[in-house]
Amino acid sequence: MSEERVGVYVCHCGSNIASVVNVEDVAVWAKEELADQGVVVARDYKFMCSSLGQELIQDDIKEHGLTRVVVAACSPHLHEKTFRTACNRAGLNPFLCEMVSVREQVSWVHTDKELATNKAKAMIAGGVERVVHHQPLEPLHVPINPATLVVGGGIAGIQAALEIADSGFPVYLVEREPTIGGHMAQFDKTFPTLDCAACILTPKMVDAGAHPNITLLTWSEVERVDGFVGNFTVTVRKKARYVREDVCTGCGICIEKCPVKVLDQNFEAGLGYRKAVYRPFPQAVPKYPVIDTENCTYFKRGKCKACQIFCPTQPNSIDFEQKDQFIQIQVGNIILATGYDLFDPRRIPQYGYGRLANVFTSLEFERLCNAAGPTNGDIVLRDGVTKPKSVGIIHCVGSRDRRYNNYCSGICCMQSLKFAHLVKERTGADVYNFYIDMRTAYKDYDEFYQKVLEEGVHFVRGRVAEVTDAARKPGEEGKLIIQVEDTFIGKQRRIPVDMVILSAALQPRADANEVAQKFGIACSTKGWFIEKHPKLDPVATMTEGIYVAGCAQGPKDIPSTVAQGAAAAARVLGRIQMQELALEPIRASVIEEKCSGCRICNDMCPFNAIIFHEDRMVTEINPALCQGCGTCVAACPSNAITGTQFSTEQIMAQIEGLLMFNVEGELIREMAYA
Amino acid sequence: MAEKQFEPLIIGFTCNWCSYRAADLAGMSRAKYPPNIRLIRLMCSGRMDPEFALKALRSGADGVIITGCHPGECHYLEQNYKALRRYLLLRRTLKQFGIEPERVRLIWASAAEGARLAQELTKAVEEIRALGPLSWHNVVAADGDRPLELQHLEEVAA
Repeated sequence: MSEERVGVYVCHCGSNIASVVNVEDVAVWAKEELADQGVVVARDYKFMCSSLGQELIQDDIKEHGLTRVVVAACSPHLHEKTFRTACNRAGLNPFLCEMVSVREQVSWVHTDKELATNKAKAMIAGGVERVVHHQPLEPLHVPINPATLVVGGGIAGIQAALEIADSGFPVYLVEREPTIGGHMAQFDKTFPTLDCAACILTPKMVDAGAHPNITLLTWSEVERVDGFVGNFTVTVRKKARYVREDVCTGCGICIEKCPVKVLDQNFEAGLGYRKAVYRPFPQAVPKYPVIDTENCTYFKRGKCKACQIFCPTQPNSIDFEQKDQFIQIQVGNIILATGYDLFDPRRIPQYGYGRLANVFTSLEFERLCNAAGPTNGDIVLRDGVTKPKSVGIIHCVGSRDRRYNNYCSGICCMQSLKFAHLVKERTGADVYNFYIDMRTAYKDYDEFYQKVLEEGVHFVRGRVAEVTDAARKPGEEGKLIIQVEDTFIGKQRRIPVDMVILSAALQPRADANEVAQKFGIACSTKGWFIEKHPKLDPVATMTEGIYVAGCAQGPKDIPSTVAQGAAAAARVLGRIQMQELALEPIRASVIEEKCSGCRICNDMCPFNAIIFHEDRMVTEINPALCQGCGTCVAACPSNAITGTQFSTEQIMAQIEGLLMFNVEGELIREMAYA
Repeated sequence: MAEKQFEPLIIGFTCNWCSYRAADLAGMSRAKYPPNIRLIRLMCSGRMDPEFALKALRSGADGVIITGCHPGECHYLEQNYKALRRYLLLRRTLKQFGIEPERVRLIWASAAEGARLAQELTKAVEEIRALGPLSWHNVVAADGDRPLELQHLEEVAA
């Protein structure tokens, strides 16, 4: 005989439940047959979740001195909070309330009224048996550190950092390159408005660099992340620049005097040169240069020091002895905006990239037509002088292709149209676009397509088979010939051009998996970070306190990237304003006396919540790190680990209750307390 | 008159994040499955202690269904893999007891797969129905301690 006083409440949900389950019968049955299990009152009501329904429960708690409540209604995901709050209002600990889902799991999925009613009764018996083992619990309150870490200084990260910093909260912006700006800083124009990318980006970069609330950590990488939502401790490796940021004025004399020229594979995409002491581009933020030790004469041969000799600052800004620094920062929330890698078109050898000189990647072309780029904006062939008379632009290179990436990179159609327009405008060349489908969704994009069509750009629908320099027909000599099936006319065509641009796919960062693991978030098999919900929670992740923005989550254009950066910032700001976060008190804990120190549980936890005390040979669980999955509880061979709200006693009791009678409703087992 | 069809009793364990939500979705989309299944919510399939299954089978269930997030989609990163390991061990243990391992089944279902979960549950009910009632009397001696299978093996050996 249970000592608890249980109230059972069966909801009609209008006719949603009552049309299949005989709710009146269930309530009468519960009061009579479950009396031994502690049921002292059982009622049915039209809408339990209405204020009148809730008052019914609250009044009973007070009048009948209920110590436990079972509500048989809809899914707990819908109304558990409602009924817990009602219990709380009546002075009963909210965690002493259990919900039984007789709508989603009975009336909506079953048709036989008798069998459905039997099942509802069994489920209520399970709920009653379980609820007597519930413990009063208090939610865990964790304070939220108002500082935020933003990883990645591309446009997504910059936007997020600025939004948070402008609201008055501190931000650490970590960027692995010497400057913030990301891919956008390399672009010439942005579609569909043809704004100059630098003109709209650099003011934001300067804002971020000068913002009193933003601590810029460029040429830095996150090494380690410890802690949990509200209280992360992040270790950042600040790589040695060999330039003292505290004294350098960014005058650039060291760069001027450096005698070593290096092909810039990074920012200039291999088209231009930089020095061994360099900043990627003149408007770099921060303005301090970096010494590239692999190419610096001093680091290679111990001689030169031209930069140091000519540095005008006092004390000298060049410090060859600088070492990597490890900085620990405390933050409450983290936004990951680590961006994308460009697909390497060498993987498609038939397109000739890397073999045929005048095949360019989209990023190379961006640099080529950028006024600040290696050719000062002249669109020329690899020889640096010849203007192309005809240009072929190939879409979907590495996207929408089962051999490489199934997905659509989303931006390439618009990017290719932009290229077509720029080539046409600046060289007057014939332009051919080779596409599979033209995808120009979103604001003003299709209008741009129409405009490019009117400009006389040729469009050929079909996937390019090959780009070759082997001429077969007159007129093809010295040209790159694009072999393609024009699917509109159903014929093979060979189109000779001077220049080919490959619109390469956006890919997840090569180290995306590693990064995801470091931050404890999920990553798709491809390598895109997985958001909490693809539609309704696009910037949060399954890990509390960690948000994603920009291309790290999937390929997207600049407007969507900026929107996500701002959205992630808004989510973080909401969290910061709360100051404190209440977490469900579903946690595992170790009963030390029972722990044999076998350490079986130690490897079970992906959140590193389990600590083993070597001295006492016992395991302990850090409740702040524990997420409550219960895997260690199930693993413990000595039953030394208990999990609140999902204890073994609760589940065992629920099993017994559920098996009180069979499908036909015949009693198959005497109840435990009977 | 046709003989009454055997109605198996099945306990299903669901994870809070995927399969329980799939069950919710099955309800919301009014997908139908037989009322032979009674579900229990766990936070994660990783919480699935094989003892729960044994307890259910011992207490009158004819089958047990374990459900969780698809591999790689676990809310707790990787705990469903641990559930998978325990499930495989559990099936082996059951076999040693002389119980058809098919009485315990594993279904991965994401929160979006309400209809699929309903189909899988229906299939599971039919297949467990085909196995017939779980009869401990054929497996365990009357005192409930010794598995009969072992006794039988001893006889053969002798």
